[in-house]
Amino acid sequence: MRFQPLRITAFTVCSAAGDGREATLQSLRTRRGGLTPNDFSATPLPTWIGRVPGLESDALPAHLSDWDCRNNRLAWRGLCSDGFLDAVAAASARYGAKRIAVVIGTSTSSIGASEDAYTRLDPDGRYPADLRRSIIHTPHSPGDFVQQALQLDNTSVTVATACSSSAKVFAQAERLIRCGLADAAVVGGVDTLCGSVLFGFNSLELVSPGRCQPFDVARRGINLGEAAGFALLEREAARGSWLLGYGESNDAYHMSSPHPEGRGARLAVQEALRRAEISAADVDYINLHGTASHKNDEVEARVVADTFPESTFASSTKGWTGHTLGAAGIVEAAISLLALEYGVLPGTLNLDTPDPACGPQIRQQNEQRSARRALSFSFGFGGSNCVLAFGRSDL
Amino acid sequence: MNRLPDVAVDGIAFWSSRLPGWDIARAVIRGEQPPPTTSNPRPAPALLAPTERRRAPDTVAIALEVASRACESAGVAPAELPSVFASTHGDLAISDHMCATLATSPTLISPIKFHNSVHNAAAGYWSIGTGSVAPYTAISAFEHTFGAGLLEAAVQAACAQQPVLYVAFDIEAKGALATVAQSRGLFAVALVLSPADGRSARRMAMQMRSVDAVSLTPSRSPAAALVADNALAPCLPLFEALAQTNDATVDLSLGHKVILSVALSLRESLIQRLP
Repeated sequence: MRFQPLRITAFTVCSAAGDGREATLQSLRTRRGGLTPNDFSATPLPTWIGRVPGLESDALPAHLSDWDCRNNRLAWRGLCSDGFLDAVAAASARYGAKRIAVVIGTSTSSIGASEDAYTRLDPDGRYPADLRRSIIHTPHSPGDFVQQALQLDNTSVTVATACSSSAKVFAQAERLIRCGLADAAVVGGVDTLCGSVLFGFNSLELVSPGRCQPFDVARRGINLGEAAGFALLEREAARGSWLLGYGESNDAYHMSSPHPEGRGARLAVQEALRRAEISAADVDYINLHGTASHKNDEVEARVVADTFPESTFASSTKGWTGHTLGAAGIVEAAISLLALEYGVLPGTLNLDTPDPACGPQIRQQNEQRSARRALSFSFGFGGSNCVLAFGRSDL
Repeated sequence: MNRLPDVAVDGIAFWSSRLPGWDIARAVIRGEQPPPTTSNPRPAPALLAPTERRRAPDTVAIALEVASRACESAGVAPAELPSVFASTHGDLAISDHMCATLATSPTLISPIKFHNSVHNAAAGYWSIGTGSVAPYTAISAFEHTFGAGLLEAAVQAACAQQPVLYVAFDIEAKGALATVAQSRGLFAVALVLSPADGRSARRMAMQMRSVDAVSLTPSRSPAAALVADNALAPCLPLFEALAQTNDATVDLSLGHKVILSVALSLRESLIQRLP
């Protein structure tokens, strides 16, 4: 069975850079990032974060209250933006709820709720009564929530391959559609700030004390962020940008460091180009992984310099959103789709002096120019890599 | 169209605390020997360096054990296979440890515990240990996890027209987390699936079926009681069918309103080639 491009007929994104597509686009255009000094948890680490305001007072509809937690509130915020609920309802009316699959990426799901429970255990060592809900203490929490919220009856799967999770969801969904098991799929990703990731990345000395500076020679690490994003993929549709291809690979090198020559990253790029039937010169925009960690950016900059012509415009948008981990794939897919739709190519926020490894492809300033094809890179712990290829609607 | 192209079962592996290998599990399922009464220590993941072997989490130890055995049984080189890793709850012991540490002394989180806490840790160690750059994925679907992973592995075999390794595992819940995530003991299984052809001794025809009320094939063998309290227990009916030589259909859970119906068939002339 051969790969066939799919239409992306609706998408949405919520992050520190804005709630919804319009707000995100405005932040990109005005270069107004969403990073703020860390005020998360009782003992905040000295770093900056990409926090989505107001989740503490958000509420889920009563029939979804069993799924209530920070992560699913953010998922709900995303689903309610940009008419996404209506787009899925229309697709459901068209194809039937049993013909629409759900594939959602995350790194830590709603582990924040479990962390909360451990600070409030009852005298018998049990969870407090309000948190005795099994579904929010297991990795499938976001995938199950999204399926319930959208009232879909096909399969629902949660992909958790660290920071490549919500890029790989496009690949898994495409395969389900290709095999005829679904006519459409809701893909996406959700990750929220929690102690595990803030203190975990801190233990690996990967957290920056200041604003993250992707690809800057003086970069000092990542800023963690939170986000939700979703896209509706359809086989039979007349409009919408294209999922042209994807490439998945592994480094087979180290659990928390990239391969020094970017072996897996290069394989993923080549596989994405091959599947999309395009060459590197056809790529107008690349949304890089660009976490602002020392190793990722150095390796990734070399891969870009070696592979793409000078005309390719590449940037990291982590300076707007922070590193949203399991949601990074969908957030940056959404930014790539906005770039194709509006010709807004975001530069790299907080990049002052490029690392010597950077080629001319990696840009600091925004540009307004037409772009027809975009790639989005996502690389994760455990050496998991995924590169997505998108095309403009009129391609 | 809800039916996948047939896949061949080229390799089978099974490991649980009370049934430490496919040969013994198969014999107990068939009633050829009584269920063992003792628990076994976890297997040593031979793929890892000796220092890593000792400190590898239980999830990694059992996942790598069955992954290696399934490849051996299929006679395939592990490095060439794309893989699907499925686990209902991931590493419950590390999650308990992380939550307990965060509640008392968050800055003392161990970096190794943290990078081992990712859901794809077992897949990551597998790819490093085998040197495989072929894609892996790591998924979860709560009580539908085993069926969802099996479907994804079969879908990958159909799309890429090549063999795929499928590994599923769940371990024992620890601490307060055990009050909301029920799982006991260690249990892992693995299959090597490939696009079926005329030489396939055992094939599986998979169909996704929408249903109003989910009705699943129950476990019936003496092995059931030995794994019933592990979160991976829903896989057992399929392995009970794989232990027999008659044709059978097994309905596995795939979602709230959808099941994965797996029809197993055997070519009698090729029975000596069964894994």
